[in-house]
Amino acid sequence: MHLKTREDLRAARVLYGKSLAAQEKKILVCAGTGCISSGSLDVYDRLRELMEERGIHCAVRLEEEPHEHEVGMKKSGCHGFCEMGPLVRIEPWGYLYTKVKVADCEEIVEKTILGGEHIERLAYHQNGKVFEKQDEIPFYQKQTRLVLEHCGHIDATSIEEYLGIGGYTALEKALFEMDGDAIIRTVTDSGLRGRGGGGFPAGKKWSQVKAQKTEEKYIVCNGDEGDPGAFMDRSIMEGDPHRLLEGMMIAGLACGAAEGYIYVRAEYPMAVERLRTAISQAEAWGLLGENVLGTGFSFKMHINRGAGAFVCGEGSALTASIEGKRGMPRVKPPRTVEHGLFDKPTVLNNVETFANVPRIIREGAEWFQSFGTAGSPGTKAFALTGNIENTGLIEVPMGTTLREIIFDIGGGIKDGKEFKAVQIGGPSGGCLIETNLDLPLDFDSLKKVGGMIGSGGLVVMDDSTCMVEVARFFMNFTQNESCGKCVPCREGTRRMLEIMERIVDGRGEEGDIETLLELSDMISNTALCGLGKTAAFPVLGTIRYFRDEYEAHIREKRCPAGQCQKLKRIWIEADECKGCSKCARNCPVNAITGKVKEPFTIDANKCIKCGACVEACPFHAVKEG
Amino acid sequence: MVKQEFLTIDGIPVAIEGEKNILELIRKVGIKLPTFCYHSELSIYGACRMCMVETPRGMEAACSTPPKAGMDIRTNTERLRKYRKMILELLLANHCRDCTTCGNNGSCKLQDLAMRFGIDRVRFPNTAAEPKLDESSVSIVRDQNKCILCGDCVRMCNEVQNVGAIDFAHRGAKMTISTAFEVPIAESPCVGCGQCAAVCPTGAIVVKNDTARVWALLDDPDVKVTAQIAPAVRVGLGKEMGMEPGENAIGKLVAALKHMGFDEVYDTSTGADLTVLEESNELLRRLEEGEHDWPLFTSCCPAWVQFCEKNYPELMGNVSTCKSPMEMFAAVIRENNRTAGRRKAVHVAIMPCTAKKFEAARSEFCSGEGQDVEYVLTTQELIRMVKESGVVFSELVPEAVDMPFAYKTGAGVIFGVTGGVTEAVLRRLASDKSATALKTLAFQGVRGLEGVKETTVPYGERNLRIAIVSGLGNASALIERIRGGEHYDFVEVMACPNGCISGGGQPFAHAEEQAERSEGLYKADQVSRIKRSEENPLMMELYGGLLKGKVHELLHVEYPLAKGAE
Amino acid sequence: MSQSFDYSVVDGVLAELGTGESAVISILQHIQEHYRYLPREIFPYLSKKLGVSQARIYSVATFYENFALEPKGKFVIKVCDGTACHVRKSVPILERLRKELGLTEKKRTTDDLGFTVETVSCLGACGLAPVLTVNDKVYPGMTPDKAAALIEELKGEL
Repeated sequence: MHLKTREDLRAARVLYGKSLAAQEKKILVCAGTGCISSGSLDVYDRLRELMEERGIHCAVRLEEEPHEHEVGMKKSGCHGFCEMGPLVRIEPWGYLYTKVKVADCEEIVEKTILGGEHIERLAYHQNGKVFEKQDEIPFYQKQTRLVLEHCGHIDATSIEEYLGIGGYTALEKALFEMDGDAIIRTVTDSGLRGRGGGGFPAGKKWSQVKAQKTEEKYIVCNGDEGDPGAFMDRSIMEGDPHRLLEGMMIAGLACGAAEGYIYVRAEYPMAVERLRTAISQAEAWGLLGENVLGTGFSFKMHINRGAGAFVCGEGSALTASIEGKRGMPRVKPPRTVEHGLFDKPTVLNNVETFANVPRIIREGAEWFQSFGTAGSPGTKAFALTGNIENTGLIEVPMGTTLREIIFDIGGGIKDGKEFKAVQIGGPSGGCLIETNLDLPLDFDSLKKVGGMIGSGGLVVMDDSTCMVEVARFFMNFTQNESCGKCVPCREGTRRMLEIMERIVDGRGEEGDIETLLELSDMISNTALCGLGKTAAFPVLGTIRYFRDEYEAHIREKRCPAGQCQKLKRIWIEADECKGCSKCARNCPVNAITGKVKEPFTIDANKCIKCGACVEACPFHAVKEG
Repeated sequence: MVKQEFLTIDGIPVAIEGEKNILELIRKVGIKLPTFCYHSELSIYGACRMCMVETPRGMEAACSTPPKAGMDIRTNTERLRKYRKMILELLLANHCRDCTTCGNNGSCKLQDLAMRFGIDRVRFPNTAAEPKLDESSVSIVRDQNKCILCGDCVRMCNEVQNVGAIDFAHRGAKMTISTAFEVPIAESPCVGCGQCAAVCPTGAIVVKNDTARVWALLDDPDVKVTAQIAPAVRVGLGKEMGMEPGENAIGKLVAALKHMGFDEVYDTSTGADLTVLEESNELLRRLEEGEHDWPLFTSCCPAWVQFCEKNYPELMGNVSTCKSPMEMFAAVIRENNRTAGRRKAVHVAIMPCTAKKFEAARSEFCSGEGQDVEYVLTTQELIRMVKESGVVFSELVPEAVDMPFAYKTGAGVIFGVTGGVTEAVLRRLASDKSATALKTLAFQGVRGLEGVKETTVPYGERNLRIAIVSGLGNASALIERIRGGEHYDFVEVMACPNGCISGGGQPFAHAEEQAERSEGLYKADQVSRIKRSEENPLMMELYGGLLKGKVHELLHVEYPLAKGAE
Repeated sequence: MSQSFDYSVVDGVLAELGTGESAVISILQHIQEHYRYLPREIFPYLSKKLGVSQARIYSVATFYENFALEPKGKFVIKVCDGTACHVRKSVPILERLRKELGLTEKKRTTDDLGFTVETVSCLGACGLAPVLTVNDKVYPGMTPDKAAALIEELKGEL
């Protein structure tokens, strides 16, 4: 269908809204990357097969004229509860079945679809309690899903469904009822700040681009979500791609740009596929392309796949990459809003930022302001990972505390261990500890404690984590991902990594901490781009909070968490050793000696700490720590 | 009138006068703010971070911060000194530190700044102690372990020269500057212009050093060693030899060479006179032949010739068949030596140019007796030899060039600067031989240090469209325009920006000093007795004698790709 | 330029993506999708077609991690070493894979071009950590033993 006028669009929305309402039962099988890798597509196929066998009409696509009593059968975007996948949501009841296997499908069709009955076995359990409905699960209960509202609830590959739930209403409003200034005013008044890291006000950026007197301008979406431990943007691109397109088009309309680029990480093939589908659908429907709905507004959308460079998350490196160059950040000024992509004024925002736009336009600035805090309105999506019970994708109002996220939504630390720290905002973010647990998460509060929201990765660490090793890990990451352009980052991070490697290997020296601090100070103040300026943060943060751990590594050659392989001590507890000699026989370097039936001993000088003896001992007499 | 705007640098108010960045302003007030990667003629890269300054807004790189009225800039705070020292320490940790044996010892920015900032220790293990050499090129030598990755060479090779021989490769700590697939530079599109070496702040790219070979020649009593000195060399010595920037030192140069043991010393300007006559004839012949879509390109510059061969082989038929002045002169000298004595004669050329080393080695310029020019020494190498010899250059008594080639003209001398060849040829073509006509010619758009100059000169019934370009990037752009249909009759191309005065073999000079060098050559022309090549008495003698019947053999060349190219 | 190399694949890619300088990365990606690496022969060819120096194309190809200048194995295994996977012990999985296949950090591809093992900084499947991918298919919740079993299974498909 090709929509030519505003009336066409409205009619289509009503039509598909009705079709959607007519589907009283819906099966939403999660087809996010997580659930697919757990086998959700097999579950989908099996469910369909079973329903067809039973003569139940399965509506794979949303039809203009729905079949009576049809069951909607959809591949949805990510629900965010990846660890529990494959996830199947069944409406109208809102049941959420977790870890669904092909073998469960028959029961689901028989009992739930045909009988409306809930299958307790497949429901989510926590502390002995069964949660029938998705909304009741504590993981979801404390969340406020605005940006992710459709993820997991609609078919991500269907423009009909997006229209059916009111999609492109914001674009319509922007096209027919607002001019550029009005759009920008709404975005500015909403207080929407860039969700990619810095928190720069989106409206301000847009107005700066609008003010440029150049004919060509570009809207660029940063979907190069490179922070390890973050996958919010991926879920939006996979689960609600039209929303992103709509947001970008509104930005184009506001700023006078006719072309948009979405730069997607190479590691997100499915996001690319879903976006491509969405773009060709929108083009076919006349919502993207020349003269949209007869308004004269034209917009062309491109997708660029990244090729593996974290630094391309930095604005000027990203535009360089779209231009086919090495992704090396350039000096500023000139700023991207003046000379961005192809040297033209460019709005560069990330996926989550653009995805916030349609609802702001639809419901107004005040509505958006009603969420979050005064300085940071709205919600924020976080990827909650690490040593935590419930990992996954969450969305909470800005200003929610870490404690609520980790303990209420996340269900606390895994395996009953103690909370130690959380790394927020990726490798260049910051490290927060116990005393920060009641800190409201928003742009400004975090800045005060030297952290940043970054793109929103939250990696939780328990007390068995060695913070020196974690810092080394991050240093290794940034060092690997340094583009190599400026001296402080290229040479500085490399020397910091060298020192960190020495420390975790037990070759740390007195003065290392001071040299690390000196390097960190220099790098943070002189590096060329954001990646470089924040490269030293993990080391700075861990030295601030866990200096004693550094000192133990350096002075006592001891890893308090017992994680650093080279600093591990392995010994045989004489009381528990039965003298079976199994350890000695398994030792690859003959470091263990003793008489049979008497306690054996390990020669620490020979021991390479491989742990073979620990595994070999049938009496658990070989200890490490 | 626009109100004058000011900012303050270390508390002193400074007027903003259209500077692009605060670095220029800071340097204008006489503060030597350190940089590695800033060159006013290259794009701003902003990578070395040495020029960081403090403003109330925080730390900013001076090279990439535009001046704004009211800015309060501090250039020398405790923090800045600490950071600069640390950056230097990091660079040194990753750098071969055998300064005494480095080709750039004494003119290395890293060495200079390490001294200025008193770097007395490097805390980090040295990861680049051993040299990592590429000696494949006859023009330049690269040592990766002395590279600080400032990218100056990359920008020069790509932005200015459009040669594209080298670029960055890999990233992060593994980043290098490299040819495609790390092939030896001689197998890359490199044309040996040496501009990369000129901008390299360290010893990572240096001019190939042939001084030892020349010393050995000079010590051999059985060999007669002759030399020719190119026009640009005489104005390029500068402070290293105790001269003013752009000061003409031809007399002292002759004296120094004689002192070092050269048997005879000539001036390449004489060879240039031959070129003027031959090239003018070629142009006239082409004009008589009628319509040519494509212009006649000059052939004096070997880097340009090689650039053309590698990138525009189809244009080689339009490149003048004239040998370069150096090779014309060398052939004449060889011919002359044939009858002149029993000793084996070897010829050495003193050039501002690294590409001449390549030209000298081309098979087209070899005879049965070997290369017409056995060795090419760049100005930099000559300076080294003079220093080594112990001669106090500035105190030398000037000497005249030797017979039988002692005559030269002002037209030959100005070959050393962009536009010089064209002006010399136009002097030859001009029908009005008056002094006034000569002067007017100088103001017809041939002089000046712009990269692209165009002029139209009446000749007979028609107007000659002439373009003068320096810098190979400008040459490429011009060729594209010609491809697009623009017509020129004559095009002068010099590979190095501003011509030979800024050759890759000259001591590095900033824009002001380059202008002084240019000025130096035009002054030499002004005071020369003869200003037109055809009036050089030696020419008549040569054409009537030594060259008789041998003009084509000795003064022209057929490059392989030129055959049937047009 | 190589006489024996068949440039029809490259020509096909250029026909689809054009010869603009900004298309370089996409062009290389498409070529790599076909050959599983970037054959050296394509560089002079692309240089000529795009009017971009070989050194520049090489500089782009070596900047991005995903481009390979050496042939890769039939199965490209990427072990995620992002933060989430790292704290859930991804390194032992990597070590086990390398041990099983006789590979190291430097030597990433088996001699029979069967397997390539590399790391990736984050696959964005953090909820299933630790994960690895085989030719872009995600395998969740890995352990060293599961990884070894997977290798055995894949060997059957070589």
